[in-house]
Formats: sequence, C-alpha cells, structure tokens
Amino acid sequence: MAKILEKRKVRPDVYFFRLSTPEIAKKAKAGQFIILILHEHGERIPISLADINPEDGSVSIMFMTVGKTSTEMATFEVGDEIADVVGPLGNPSHVKNFGKVVLVGGGFGVAPLYPIAKALKAAGNEIVTVMGARNADLLLYEEEMAATSDKVLVTTDDGSKGIKGVVTLALEDELKAGVDLVLAVGAAIMMKFVAKTTEPYNVKTIVSLNPIMVDGTGMCGACRVSIGGETKFGCTDGPEFDGHLVDWDLLMSRQRMYLKEEKEAMERYSCNCVPIS
Amino acid sequence: MADEVKKRPKIIPKQIPMPEQDPIERGKNFNEVALGFTEEQALAEAQRCLGCLKPPCVRGCPVEVPIKDFIILMQEKDFIGAANKIKEKSMLPAVCGRVCPQEDQCEKVCVVGKKFDPVSIGRLERFVADYERQSGTKSKVEMASSTGKKVAIVGSGPSGVTAAGDLAKMGHNVTIFEALHKPGGVLIYGIPEFRLPKSIVASEIDGLKDMGVEIKTNAVIGKLYTVDELMDDFDAVFIGTGAGLPVFMGIEGENLNGVYSANEFLTRTNLMKAYDFPEFDTPIKIGGRVVVIGGGNVAMDSVRTALRLGAKEASIVYRRSHEELPARAEEVHHAKEEGIKFEMLTGPIKIIDNGEGWVKAIECMRMELVEPDDSGRRRPIPIEGSEFQIDCDIVIMAIGTNANPLVPQSTSDLELNKRGYILASEETGATSRPGIFAGGDIVTGSATVILAMGAGRKAANAIHKYLVGEEDEELSGNGDNPVS
Ligand SMILES: Cc1cc2nc3c(=O)[nH]c(=O)nc-3n(C[C@H](O)[C@H](O)[C@H](O)COP(=O)(O)OP(=O)(O)OC[C@H]3O[C@@H](n4cnc5c(N)ncnc54)[C@H](O)[C@@H]3O)c2cc1C
Ligand SMILES: Cc1cc2nc3c(=O)[nH]c(=O)nc-3n(C[C@H](O)[C@H](O)[C@H](O)COP(=O)(O)OP(=O)(O)OC[C@H]3O[C@@H](n4cnc5c(N)ncnc54)[C@H](O)[C@@H]3O)c2cc1C
Ligand code: SF4
Ligand code: SF4
Ligand code: FES
Repeated sequence: MAKILEKRKVRPDVYFFRLSTPEIAKKAKAGQFIILILHEHGERIPISLADINPEDGSVSIMFMTVGKTSTEMATFEVGDEIADVVGPLGNPSHVKNFGKVVLVGGGFGVAPLYPIAKALKAAGNEIVTVMGARNADLLLYEEEMAATSDKVLVTTDDGSKGIKGVVTLALEDELKAGVDLVLAVGAAIMMKFVAKTTEPYNVKTIVSLNPIMVDGTGMCGACRVSIGGETKFGCTDGPEFDGHLVDWDLLMSRQRMYLKEEKEAMERYSCNCVPIS
Repeated sequence: MADEVKKRPKIIPKQIPMPEQDPIERGKNFNEVALGFTEEQALAEAQRCLGCLKPPCVRGCPVEVPIKDFIILMQEKDFIGAANKIKEKSMLPAVCGRVCPQEDQCEKVCVVGKKFDPVSIGRLERFVADYERQSGTKSKVEMASSTGKKVAIVGSGPSGVTAAGDLAKMGHNVTIFEALHKPGGVLIYGIPEFRLPKSIVASEIDGLKDMGVEIKTNAVIGKLYTVDELMDDFDAVFIGTGAGLPVFMGIEGENLNGVYSANEFLTRTNLMKAYDFPEFDTPIKIGGRVVVIGGGNVAMDSVRTALRLGAKEASIVYRRSHEELPARAEEVHHAKEEGIKFEMLTGPIKIIDNGEGWVKAIECMRMELVEPDDSGRRRPIPIEGSEFQIDCDIVIMAIGTNANPLVPQSTSDLELNKRGYILASEETGATSRPGIFAGGDIVTGSATVILAMGAGRKAANAIHKYLVGEEDEELSGNGDNPVS
C-alpha cells in the first residue's frame, strides 16, 4: 500500500503523484522504476521515478493518461492508497563524470530525467537539457530541469516557445559543439531519432526503454528487447541500453501487442465512468 | 488376528474412479477438473490398502509421508487424525495430493500395484486435507516458546512456506519476503486454477499468518534489500526463490508478437486473472490456434489454459515421444480427453512472421530418437528434409527455466554452480555463507513441489540447529524433527 501524499495536474493529460514509500525511497536511484497495481483487479504497470526523497520517505511519478489504468489512476486523490507498489526495479543510471552530457526528454520522459540530471550534476558533469513538445503549453518539468541543468534548450513544433522544430534539431547543434554522452527518455520514436542523430557523431547514446512488462523481475520475458541482435530483458538488463544497438522496430511493434484489448478496456472504462443522466 | 484377516474384503483391482468435470464442459471453464472423492469413495479406496508391515510406499515419497498410518486412520474414519498424521511430514497435503507425480513416487512402489492398480495415495491425501479444511477444524499447532531469533525467508513458494512454517513452530520470528504481490510462488502464479484452486493455496498461507509469520509482498530481494542487508537484521536467511527465469530457444521469430514464455502466459492468466479481462485489467491474447512447445507440466498447464481461454485449436509440440513426456500422467490423460492435439517427435526451427510483426506459423522438423543422452532419455535428432509448418497465432515456450540471477548476483561470496544455481547441502541447505541457507528449485533446478517442501523442511531443521545450537536443542527436547 502506498498513500498519495501529493497530486498535481501538470497538464490536462499528465499527472504528478508523490507517494509514501519509505523503504523504496531509501533504496531507489536515478534511472530506476516502480511497478504499481491500483487495486485488486488492477494490472501491473511500470512507471519511472521522477523524484526520490529518502528524507521524507517518498518517491514521485509523472504519468500520462494513455489508457484505462493511467486514466483511472488520475482519479485517485491525495490520501488514497495504491494497492501495491514494488521497486526499485531496473538498473540505476550509470553515474560518473563523463564531461558534457546532453539529456533529451520528450513528453513525460522529462520527469525521469530529473533525478538523473541531479545525480549527473552532483558527479560534476556539465548538463544540457533538451526538451521538446508540440507547443509551449505542453512542456513539462521546465523549472525542475532548469534547476539541475547548466543550459536548457526548449523546442516546440509550432515555435510557440524556444526553437521551432523537434528535439533532434537542438541536439544536433550541441553535437557539433562537442558532447561526451547523450541520454534520452521518452517515446520510442523520439529515442530512435535521437540515436540516429548521434550516430554519425559517434557519441555514446543511452536510452531508457519502455517495453510492456508484467513482473519486472526477470520472470516472464514480456519485456524482451533486441540489443545488437541479442535478446535482453528490459526490466532486469535495462531499462537503459545503448541506443545505437536497439532494434527500434521490434520495440515499437511489441508495444502494440495489446492495442485491441487496451482500446476495449478504455472504452468500457469510459462508459462506466460517465454517469447516466 | 485370523478374524481380522477374514474381515478384509477382497481387494478391488481397479482404483475407485474420481468424479471429474465433463471434458467438453471443463474445456470452457477454469473450475477444478477432478472433483474429489465422496466419503464413501474415499473409504472404499482406503480399503484397498493392505497396511503393509514395511510399507514401501513411504520410501517412495520424497518426504516420507506416513502413508500406511494415515490410510489406516482413514479406514477407521478418523479423517482429522489422518490429516494430522500427514502433516507430520508434509505442510501442504491438499496441494501435494493434487500435484505430486505420484505414479513416479509413492504409488509406483505400492504393493497392491504389483498385481492391480496401486492405491490412489495422492487422492486419499487430497481427500483428508480437503475434509479437514472444509470441516473448519483447524488442527492445533504446537508452538515452541519464542527463541528471540529472527529468520528471513526469501520467496514464498513451497520451499519458503515450508521453512517458514517449521521455523515459526520452533519459536523463531519469521518474515517472508516475496517479490510478487501475492504469496505462494508457482502454486499461485504458475499452476492453474483448474488443477489447484487458489483458495487452497490461500488457506495454507493463512495458516502461516496464524502462526505469526509476517509476509512482506512486493519485496524484491536484490533490489529493495540485498541478502547481505538481511543478514544485518536477521540471524539467518533462507533463499527459496525458485527457478523463475524463462528459457527461450533462440530460434528466428521468437520475439514476434504472439510468442509467450509459459511463465508470462500463466502469470497473466493465473496471478493477474486475465481470463476475466476486462473485469480484471491485465490483457491476454485469446482465441486462434495455439502451439505450446514442451512436454512437461508447464506445457500441459499452458496448453489447457489456452483451450480454456477459447483457443480454436491447442497443440503440444514435443521433440520426443509419448513415453518421454515428463508431465504427470493424469495431466496428459486429461489434456487428451479435452481434445488437445499432440505433435510428438517434432521440433520447432523457426517462427514465421505474418509481415506485420505477428506470428503466422511455426516451422518444425520431425525427429527420431537415437541412443540415450546424459539424462538417460533417448536423444531426438531431426530427420532431414522433414520440414513442415503448423499455422498458428500464438506460440508458448514451455521448454524449461533457469535460475533467476537477481539474488545470486547481488549476494556476496555465495557459491553457485555452472548453471547459476546456488550450491547448497542436500541435507541441510547450508550454502557457502554461514547463516545463509537455500533450497527448492533455486538449488536443484526445476523439480517438484514436494521436493521443494522437503528442502524447506531440512533447511528449517538446520537453521534451528544453527540458531539455538545443539545444547539448547537437547534442553528444549526438540530433537531432529521438532514438528512431529
Ligand atoms: C520502464 C518503464 C517506465 C515507464 N515510465 C513511465 C512514466 O514515467 N510515465 C508514464 O506515463 N508512463 C511510463 N511508462 C509507460 C506506462 O507503463 C504505460 O503508459 C502504462 O502501462 C499504460 O497503461 P494504461 O492502461 O493506461 O494504458 P494501455 O491502454 O494499457 O496502454 C497504453 C500504452 O502503454 C503501454 N503499456 C501498456 N501496458 C504496459 C505495461 N504493463 N508495461 C509497459 N507498457 C505498457 C503500451 O505499449 C500501450 O501502447 C513506462 C513504461 C516502462 C516499461
Ligand atoms: C506451470 C507449472 C506447473 C507445475 N506443475 C507441477 C506439478 O504438477 N507437480 C509438481 O510437483 N511440481 C510442479 N511444478 C514445479 C513446482 O511448482 C516447483 O518445483 C516448485 O514450486 C518449486 O518451489 P520453490 O519454493 O523452489 O520455488 P517457487 O515456487 O518458484 O517460488 C519462488 C518464489 O520466490 C519468489 N522470488 C523469486 N525471486 C525473488 C526475489 N529476488 N525476492 C523475493 N522473492 C523472490 C518468486 O516470486 C516466487 O514466489 C510446476 C511448475 C510450473 C511452473
Ligand atoms: S507427498 Fe506426494 S509423494 Fe508423498 S505421499 Fe503424498 S502424494 Fe505421494
Ligand atoms: S504399499 Fe500400498 S498397500 Fe502397502 S501400505 Fe503403502 S499404500 Fe498401503
Ligand atoms: S517484465 Fe517480466 S521479465 Fe521483464
């Protein structure tokens, strides 16, 4: 059981929770994730840690309402309890002084970058954060990232804020200036293009993969990803991998495995949710 | 004496059949297949036991359940007494009676079996355990006074549960750490409802809680705490984490959508109740044609689960022949009755894509058996030019499991064997680290429920000795088997 200590609606479709999980908070490191189950009938969904607070025994998450479970989770309020929370899972980000690190975040992917940025900054790195969204209203975690970065580059598709264009545009400029490490978190398609962009520059590029998971402990193999032609488990071997070795098409294909069922669950949920007037 | 001999009716040559759900009907539901004996049937079956002077059946059982003694109590209609008798040796009789491979163990050596069908020991065991549970009489557990010692158990499968129960009875303060959100190990996430109702597992676990065992779910050891950290807070640790790492074949197309490990398929269905989607939120692919690779209990459970989820056709593909099928005979028999197809002497070579990332078919080769390999079984080799395809939508890999490395790799100085299993004494469960014990599938590789329980019990006794020392033990008069 984990009590919700704080809830914020960051965007119409993105929520921030701070959860009371003293044991996990003590152990968790940047780059790791938790799996949570809302209630007795719930599914196990993995969510990255957006902040870790051992002092007050909490971890934070930021999630987008994309389907049934995340939409239902958004109805939970401060004081409500999430039935099961397990973690920390996955391997922590590799933290050392690399030199200059560019962090690339898209969508809710900016949130897990925050603890990573903090850790890398503390290790002495120069941090440049590149964050993108379709328009200025959709940007997330700007202040937090500004606080932990030496420089923040914002891109919007419509140019309503920062550079007009996609994240790879801003990334490319940095690459030209010289970069030691790139780390990207976000939708698979975004990470794929980040990896494509860095490849010609031969810059090591770490990506945090989000395949469908069940247990998160290496027991089921649902999270299989292909890295350099070898099958790996996203939960126990990852979630971070070398972006230049990832089979992106496979990842994206496997993420669609339950599209039909997810749609059915969502439709049913929306129907039940709306009171008959 | 002579009178007694006369009283015994002639042995009925055949086992009393156990009522079962109709094969067609049960293929559509998850209710238990075998319905259990009535009292009359149980008594009639119990009468088939000769009460041998030196019962070989007892030695056929890995934990030496006092089979003769409990059956004699049954003949006297003392079912509760019989249940207590079994519990001297087996923590989970309702489970073992259902899932033990009896035909290779106790029943294999039953004297009656020389001439007729052997006594249905497993079914009798099931009957008395169910009888006891349904009667609501909880057998009083003798608890030793507290020793003040703390023991951590990692994993809540049969080995962990048995060790926890025994140690609690010996007066130790026991905490179980379980990675999943429900305790029970394979009994809860793997073996399906239609073979082992989850309420039975739950009631056994409740028994543990009644004894004061604390169960911490959602606690992944190696992540939340390491075994080394547990050793700081506890006086001893037992590792019973099972062999949970699914094995894939490494053939082309294995990562296509529609290819499952048996672990994933069964976990989604049993633990997460995907068969009741969307009532429960976890989805699973249903319908279509399902091919299961393998021939053990896990394969039978997967293929019969697929059938119950609505598969149009559900088949087993196994590279050896019927005789080598490692699954319990009863499960194979049930599977056939239910209409499961068996493609024997067949080995998969690749899985074919429908062009959109989904399984379309599986390509196989026919096999023939040649001289035995290391395992003593005849070795299958492919017959050249015998390639053929089976059209299917779902492929389930049930070809075995390996040691999950989470605990072994995060524990310092723990000796492992070549395959990554923990090295532990067969007699005591002692590992290379003092105070750390291990047992069950994480030591032996995938085995059976009863062997895992046996390992848990031996380790509990050794842990007790380790914690209280020989002298104290004599003082408290506990001896080697404090449970009995
Ligand atoms: C390591 C990891 C970290 C993640 N971190 C975050 C995060 O910080 N914030 C966030 O909003 N989302 C995160 N996700 C994705 C999140 O788990 C899914 O959005 C969530 O499961 C969706 O559930 P749903 O029922 O709302 O939507 P669904 O309708 O079930 O699915 C929507 C999409 O989510 C994906 N998905 C569904 N079930 C799972 C599952 N069990 N495991 C993984 N993906 C699934 C599917 O690819 C699908 O396309 C992460 C995923 C992984 C693997
Ligand atoms: C589908 C299936 C059908 C089977 N059918 C039969 C049968 O009919 N008859 C029979 O005798 N045997 C059968 N078996 C085998 C039998 O179930 C196992 O041999 C037995 O369960 C092993 O017990 P165990 O205690 O060693 O481990 P498990 O039952 O595997 O339990 C291990 C537990 O440890 C937990 N765990 C793992 N890692 C960690 C960690 N890092 N931290 C905390 N917890 C952890 C797991 O989640 C699990 O709950 C079957 C197995 C399967 C998979
Ligand atoms: S525990 Fe298993 S092997 Fe032993 S007597 Fe019971 S059914 Fe037979
Ligand atoms: S060997 Fe068979 S007949 Fe003899 S005691 Fe055991 S069960 Fe009874
Ligand atoms: S989620 Fe089950 S093995 Fe990774």
